Amino acid sequence: MVQAPVEAPARTDRPDTGEEVRPDLPWVVIVWNDPVNLMTYVVMVLQELFGYPREKATQLMLDVHFKGRAAVSTGTREKAEFDVARLHSKGLWATMQKDV
Amino acid sequence: MLERIKRTRDGSFRVNLSPEEREVLATVPPMLRSLVESSGPGDPAYERLFPPAYLDDVAKDQAFAEMVHDDLAEARLASATVLERTVGADRLSEEEVGSWLAALNDARLVLGARLGLSEETDVSAVPSDQRQDYEFYRFLSYLVQHLVIAAGGPAERELTWDVVKRMSREKRGGL
Repeated sequence: MVQAPVEAPARTDRPDTGEEVRPDLPWVVIVWNDPVNLMTYVVMVLQELFGYPREKATQLMLDVHFKGRAAVSTGTREKAEFDVARLHSKGLWATMQKDV
Repeated sequence: MLERIKRTRDGSFRVNLSPEEREVLATVPPMLRSLVESSGPGDPAYERLFPPAYLDDVAKDQAFAEMVHDDLAEARLASATVLERTVGADRLSEEEVGSWLAALNDARLVLGARLGLSEETDVSAVPSDQRQDYEFYRFLSYLVQHLVIAAGGPAERELTWDVVKRMSREKRGGL
């Protein structure tokens, strides 16, 4: 697997933009279906960024393709933002939210 | 399948592209640079390269964009610069292959947005004034697939069976 060609953005201090809706719920990172990214490319990116085995990455990609979206990672707001930024750098259409 | 990018025993990658194909690829870095540096919100291609992280929270999304935009722009430009520098090379390092993959996939996103591609796009109905962009897009898709395989990712045929199984299951489920 080729190393990520770009580094994820460095963390910086950011202003508090408001209350969390449900602090007990983890943030969920969603990848959305798009008509451009190749299925094989998406599998490769999910393996590379999250260390998922081929089977799991393929399953997630198929969810994206057939259901329109898939939850690819969860965690704190900081971790979710980090993952979204890495997915954006790979050209995947990713967002984060509290409820799935 | 003729391998356009092939990992060799010493860990470098051999590039098998014609001078004409390299000329076409040489148009990618200027295209990406002008988009990253001179475009902005409102341009679908720009929005595709710098998408939102939060769909329903403008303040959070703005803070996210402020935090990541410059690094993301810099990373996209860096990949384009590597492609520009190595577009004539017969051998690439693993890192350079990663930059090619990033830049060529970015270019596909840009062209896809400009062409307004969707899952339902009827290839035979692409208007003649978009035909050239569409052929460019298809060539980049072909090369990205070769780069994915060279980088250790799956070939299309490896996913085909999973897709077929899934499709028949979805059908039974009434979707």
